[in-house]
Amino acid sequence: MGILHRTGRLAALATTGLATTALTLGLATAAGAAETPRRGGTLTFAVTAEPPNYDCHANTSFAFIHPVAPHYSLLLKFDPANYPKITGDLAESWTVSDDGLTFTFKLHPNVKFHDGSALTARDVKASYERIINPPKGVVSARQATFDAVASVETPDPQTVVFKLKGADASFLANLASPWNCVYSADKLAADPKFPEKNVMGSGPFKFGEHVSGSHWTGQRFDGYFRQGEPYLDGFRAVFMSSSAVTNALQGGQVQAEFRGLAPADRDRVKNGAGDKVQVHEAPWLASLILVFNAKKKPFDDPRVRRALSLAIDRWQASTALAKISILGPVGGILRPGYELAASEAELTKMPGFGKDIKAARDEAMLLLREAGVTGLTVNLTNRNVNMPYTIGGVYVIDQLRQIGVTVKHEQLETKLWQSAMSSGNYDMAIDFTGDFMDDPSLNLTKYLSTEISPVNYSGQADPLLDKLYAQQRGETDKAKRAQLVREFERRAMEQAYVVPILWWNRSVVLSTDVKGWEMTPSHYLNQDLADVWLAK
Amino acid sequence: MTTVTGPIPYRIPKRRGPVLTFIVQQPLGAIGLVAIVAMVLASVFAEVVAPYDPLEVNYAAILAAPSADYWFGTDAFGRDILSRVIYGARTALAVGVLSSLIGCVLGTLLGTASAYFGSTTDLVIQRFVDIMLAFPIVVLALVVVAALGKNVIGGIDVNLIIAISIPIVPKVARVARSAALSVRQMPYIDAARAAGFSHSRIVMRHMIPNIMAPVLILFTAFIAQAILLEASLSFLGLGVTEPTAAWGLMLSGNSADFYEQAPWVIIFPGLAISFAVFAFNLFGDSLRDWLDPKLKI
Repeated sequence: MGILHRTGRLAALATTGLATTALTLGLATAAGAAETPRRGGTLTFAVTAEPPNYDCHANTSFAFIHPVAPHYSLLLKFDPANYPKITGDLAESWTVSDDGLTFTFKLHPNVKFHDGSALTARDVKASYERIINPPKGVVSARQATFDAVASVETPDPQTVVFKLKGADASFLANLASPWNCVYSADKLAADPKFPEKNVMGSGPFKFGEHVSGSHWTGQRFDGYFRQGEPYLDGFRAVFMSSSAVTNALQGGQVQAEFRGLAPADRDRVKNGAGDKVQVHEAPWLASLILVFNAKKKPFDDPRVRRALSLAIDRWQASTALAKISILGPVGGILRPGYELAASEAELTKMPGFGKDIKAARDEAMLLLREAGVTGLTVNLTNRNVNMPYTIGGVYVIDQLRQIGVTVKHEQLETKLWQSAMSSGNYDMAIDFTGDFMDDPSLNLTKYLSTEISPVNYSGQADPLLDKLYAQQRGETDKAKRAQLVREFERRAMEQAYVVPILWWNRSVVLSTDVKGWEMTPSHYLNQDLADVWLAK
Repeated sequence: MTTVTGPIPYRIPKRRGPVLTFIVQQPLGAIGLVAIVAMVLASVFAEVVAPYDPLEVNYAAILAAPSADYWFGTDAFGRDILSRVIYGARTALAVGVLSSLIGCVLGTLLGTASAYFGSTTDLVIQRFVDIMLAFPIVVLALVVVAALGKNVIGGIDVNLIIAISIPIVPKVARVARSAALSVRQMPYIDAARAAGFSHSRIVMRHMIPNIMAPVLILFTAFIAQAILLEASLSFLGLGVTEPTAAWGLMLSGNSADFYEQAPWVIIFPGLAISFAVFAFNLFGDSLRDWLDPKLKI
């Protein structure tokens, strides 16, 4: 009766919550719909790092996407108001063959590059071929995601056809990657490295200037193919340290910072600027993970790895750490809330995610005894960045103390931290995941054998995990794919080469003058600024 | 009339011990000394004195205000700030004393050798000292700690101690040389040379013991500087790392985010640093006055 009563209350709360969310979203949409976008003005936003070069295909950081994305068009993109729905950008429409191996895209007519030349299927083909088969000296960070592509064909100037060697459930979503900028085929033919030092796309804004250490500007491209867009006259990205962002937002020097603020900074800006700012919040498609060096004793023994994962009370920390950091939701390999992610019931059955922490820690100590490990002292290699790495590190150290494991915290500069992990010179390390979309083929890569996925620094070799990954990637039936992903997740948590710690929460603070920007779980998405406008 | 024969009775005045003399003559220095002794005792017996384990996280008491349970309140992880301040004295004193000791020993050797050998040796050593003195102490320590990285032995970062010691060396060398130059003119040094003693014996056994007063004063003064420097480096993320209890570290990271909401997270570690530096400076100044013969006239 009590349980039923509690369940009833939970259901009622959930319904109320959903209704409130729907109402809020509805009101927000209604309010948004009621407002007519105003043309003009320059959006000034902060970026807390600077792009190393100008090539979309080679870069991986938000520091690149935020200033560069407004200059380029993509073939497809995520609909920011209805994430994860995919919509066309350059593509006006598309069809997929019954066998899922042929994707045909019709391009918008009259698309122009910023230099006035016409954008055709030839440019899309040249750009994707640069990603799939990069010429010598060109870096393609996402080459592996397109290894199923057999050919890219252009039967006419407005049509692009991708033919695949085998089914790929993530193919369409990968085409909506914000990193796949479409370049001019002529420019690439003249110099495949042209995009490294030049910005010339077909996006809503033309490149203005980049003053290193200071700012990046863009001006409205009047020849943009979407009628009436963009609304802004231009944008100015200002490079500043993260500690300066809160003051700049509070003082109105910048109108936005799109990556996200820590709760304390968010509150400080809110308290200081009052109703001059708006706060957008969402679960973040990013998590902290704990990586064990499976090539080093005692972590070559799965019992030891599992024991350490079992000692971490994720549920208790979820609420507590959310108050002081961007860490929060408990989740498995996939973001909690994503349709293919493990439900709470499924999650609690996996090692390290049970809610009875005493039982879990008893089991952990038993496993350590069975493995013959006593008085374990290990190094935790971590990044020398407070939010959320140091916080995550302190939390993990405290949790492992509960089963008698002594942890020495080694915090390194980003470069040294990265190099310690990639060279295998560590015992266990704190790493992160951060992707542009929810998709198992993308999100599972940190859990695959190191040989086929160098971003997994554990040094693991697990053919079963690799096989399950390949199977889910080729499975186009959603239910079957979910089943395979769950099997992968269970195996990964049992072997515990790499284990999730906690997922992140994203809080973006904007001036109330900024309109038309939609929050998504990824800070890589929706940054072309085509729909953004300023109220005054 | 009585005739007294024998020696005239003479009462030898009682001599106070050096500690008592110091306390009587230098009351402010005595206060500093008491504070230092209290800090040393608190850090040595931290397990007994501290009410909580400094690493014990209590998620139910995040940023709790000072109360009967937590006299100095708690930090963002619910850790007791009083316990962390007490344990933090260990880090401060260990790094402070060891850095100052290493810096003073090396500086004294360098300065005395420079004065003793004179000529080209003196010229080379002094120009090297000039170059070292040209760097601000914090900048030099920053460069060294960034270049050496971390090397934790027995819970203490040896490279951090080296980084803090290095800027101390030239300062002590300059003072030691100046004191040693006057000692070098003394007849007993000539006598030692004439007796055929080795250079190292003359420097170590005849010169250094005679210049110890100014070096001792510098030693106490540099403990205070080293504590401040350790706190600064930890604040900048180059010193000790979380979750170690260290005063400078307690002022950085999350504390910087929550000082408006929970000011106690920075007030108490800040006071601890000020208290320690004040105590060592007070003691050092008084020691200088006490040991200086000119001030005794």
